[in-house]
Amino acid sequence: MSGNSTYQPTNSVLQWLEKRLPIGGLVHSSFIAYPTPRNLNYWWTFGGILSFMLGVQIITGIILAMHYTPHVDMAFRSVEAIMRDVNFGWLLRYLHANGAAMFFLAVYIHMFRGLYYGSYKEPREVLWILGVILYLLMMATGFMGYVLVWGQMSFWAATVITNLFSAIPGVGDAIVTWLWGGYAVGNPTLNRFYSLHYLLPFVIAGVVVLHVWALHVSGQNNPAGIEPKSDKDTVPFTPYATIKDGFLMVCFCILFAWFVFYIPNFLGHSDNYIPANPAVTPPEIVPEWYYLPFYAILRSIPNKLLGVIALFGSIGILAFLPWLDTSKVRSARYRPLFRQFFWLFVIAAIGLGWLGTKPPEGIYVILARIFTFYYFAFFLIVLPLLGIFEKTKPLPNSISESVLGAKA
Amino acid sequence: MTKQPGERAQDVTTVSSAEHSRRDFLYIATGAVGAVGAAAALVPLIAQMNPDASTIAAGAPVEIDLAPIADGQIVKVFWRSKPIFISHRTKKEIEEAQKVDVASLPDPEADKDRVKEGHDQWLVVIGICTHLGCIPLAHQGEYDGWFCPCHGSQYDTAGRIRKGPAPKNLPLPPYAFISDSKIRIG
Amino acid sequence: MNLQRPIFALVLAGSLAAMAWPASAQLTEQVPPPRLKWSFAGPFGKYDEAQLQRGFKIYKEVCANCHSMEMLSFRNLSDVGGPGYSEAQAEAVAAEYKVKDLDDLGNPIERAGRLADHFPAPFANELAAKATHGVAPPDMSTLAKARSYSRGFPWFIIDAVTQYQEQGADYIAAYVTGYTETPKGFVLPEGGHYNEYFPGHNTAMPQPLQAGQVTYDDASPQTVEQYSKDVAAFMMWAAEPHLDARKRIGFQVMIFLIVLAGLMYFTKKKVWSAVH
Repeated sequence: MSGNSTYQPTNSVLQWLEKRLPIGGLVHSSFIAYPTPRNLNYWWTFGGILSFMLGVQIITGIILAMHYTPHVDMAFRSVEAIMRDVNFGWLLRYLHANGAAMFFLAVYIHMFRGLYYGSYKEPREVLWILGVILYLLMMATGFMGYVLVWGQMSFWAATVITNLFSAIPGVGDAIVTWLWGGYAVGNPTLNRFYSLHYLLPFVIAGVVVLHVWALHVSGQNNPAGIEPKSDKDTVPFTPYATIKDGFLMVCFCILFAWFVFYIPNFLGHSDNYIPANPAVTPPEIVPEWYYLPFYAILRSIPNKLLGVIALFGSIGILAFLPWLDTSKVRSARYRPLFRQFFWLFVIAAIGLGWLGTKPPEGIYVILARIFTFYYFAFFLIVLPLLGIFEKTKPLPNSISESVLGAKA
Repeated sequence: MTKQPGERAQDVTTVSSAEHSRRDFLYIATGAVGAVGAAAALVPLIAQMNPDASTIAAGAPVEIDLAPIADGQIVKVFWRSKPIFISHRTKKEIEEAQKVDVASLPDPEADKDRVKEGHDQWLVVIGICTHLGCIPLAHQGEYDGWFCPCHGSQYDTAGRIRKGPAPKNLPLPPYAFISDSKIRIG
Repeated sequence: MNLQRPIFALVLAGSLAAMAWPASAQLTEQVPPPRLKWSFAGPFGKYDEAQLQRGFKIYKEVCANCHSMEMLSFRNLSDVGGPGYSEAQAEAVAAEYKVKDLDDLGNPIERAGRLADHFPAPFANELAAKATHGVAPPDMSTLAKARSYSRGFPWFIIDAVTQYQEQGADYIAAYVTGYTETPKGFVLPEGGHYNEYFPGHNTAMPQPLQAGQVTYDDASPQTVEQYSKDVAAFMMWAAEPHLDARKRIGFQVMIFLIVLAGLMYFTKKKVWSAVH
């Protein structure tokens, strides 16, 4: 979008189109000639991987929707019919279910990259906030998609999560009834979740466009955290970033294929192969792994309303990160103290995830409270103070200097 | 093109052309393998829209007992979601069908080619008008056969088009007599 | 000031303590079933046709009296990757069953089963199914995937690498052979049966199989242990009929991706050599 006029198509048809709708120029300036910092490491490939996974989910999802029936009496059977009778149905279903997990794996790596290298800092605050919005949309989409299977875990997860809204004082119960469309999770709930599950990925695609636009206004961050100063600091996106992204995308697909073809039910819960039974609650209600840390935070707070506030707050707080972190230095490479707190944060996040699978009692709830405290303290106490007290390492003079050494 | 480290000026042409072809081969190989993968990935995406196993199973051959069908009665059954007319033709209907001048028909076909040998009294046709797909009504029209209410096509007692916009005779489904009073359609 | 090490140590100690902490009484204990060898385990696993046929015989003669198999059709018996019956054999099996239908006048009748029919349910409805033991016998179509047991850390990570996906089959085989005398001190509620591997040990189903109950057509031993393995394998196939194709295609896809990754890697190196 920088009005780069270096695109001159030689083909006369393309010239004709370019005069009327300069889409060729847009693609050229955004993804071909686009100047990319030369020192990007492989953590920067996950944005491209996320776009790829969004495409995979949309394509497999639209195809599954051709065969799925969103009615409480037929949903579970229609999914089994896909697995058994539809040509390659088993493959499409496993791609979609495991694809969601891979999508979240990529988004967590992408977010932690942003956290580590200060990609949320000025002038990329809006880019970061759009990312938080994308993350929230992903969580809503994933939750509703899981409900569509209408297994035991689908039904009871829907019941638990929709019941959270009853914690809102006064209007809580009315909101829950409104969400359900009935007196409990039932057919109206399933139908509306289906409609919204189909809609949201396209909303995500739209916000991704805004996200990439915002990115291209400021340019990529890079591991050194200092802005490119000259042409020597950047390389054209194609072929350099394209091939690097492509390579890791294939490696990511190897991991994806490992799950889909060899351990397709590893990440799921076996209870979801039991058709939903509103009269029987399963022995444990556990969300998919990518929600576990937040589930642990929710259950660590003994008060229902405060637990819900902590749950939504733990995601919402991310939006304020650009202002909570007061340090003028972006990249953790030059922030030795921040680095240590960062890794503790990673441990806390993984620890909370593990605790999300445990019953909320005894040592588990004590640990969950410690980790939850650290989670919020990291954003509200550590980051603001670090900016004031941390002694950072000296920054390199330029990106090319940091890559090639002083002789560049 | 920046010089490669170690490249000497006088060797530029020979070294770089060998380098070029090695590099090109790698790029071509990668591109080709990638293209093969993309094509292979398309296969399940397209194949899934073909009829699934349960649809194919539901379209398996059906056996119809002809005994309860009275003389002059036309029965409608479904096979592969298509209506099939089974007509137990009267002697009069058979004669009418056989004495028509085949050459004068819009879609010339002799009556004997539309029934099974030795079973002239049984006409089995797919009940979908060959014009635009409506289901014609039995025992109506000028030819004692079927009349399609949508655009006025008329079929005779052998299911052949006689008047109206339909281009072809009512088609025959695959069927066979497994006994004198039973047929298998499909 | 390096905070990382002491805090990390504290977290590690806490986690180890948590893992060692005895499970609370609220959590239903589950005795892990023994790991059995299955022909369909591992990256090159395949169903054993003879085993599936034996398992089907057990299902047909014993289990089908109470357990439905609604999502399986008779035609599946002749599907590729299954028990390996011919279409004619599957048709013959279908014809042995009585399936509810309507005649041409709309009256309910029973007719011989056809290939396209699903396995008929033994009970007319849920209430009738519950009558005998107080709990409806679960449908068996997905049961082998609906049963599992947790292995805890670090086993679940090792299982992802070794591809251990047969928890359901191991559990079912153990459960079928797991009926024992009620141990002293265990209070078994009225109508319940003690089972070593059922979570909570109190199961509604009485022991379903006795030695010699089902006559095998091949020379396999007619012991409860053999029955349990064969019926578990059959149930695994019923739950995951395309396993053979999945693993076969998976191997081809993995080889392709590894080759492509290698080519992409060298291409990337070549492209970037211009800049370094």
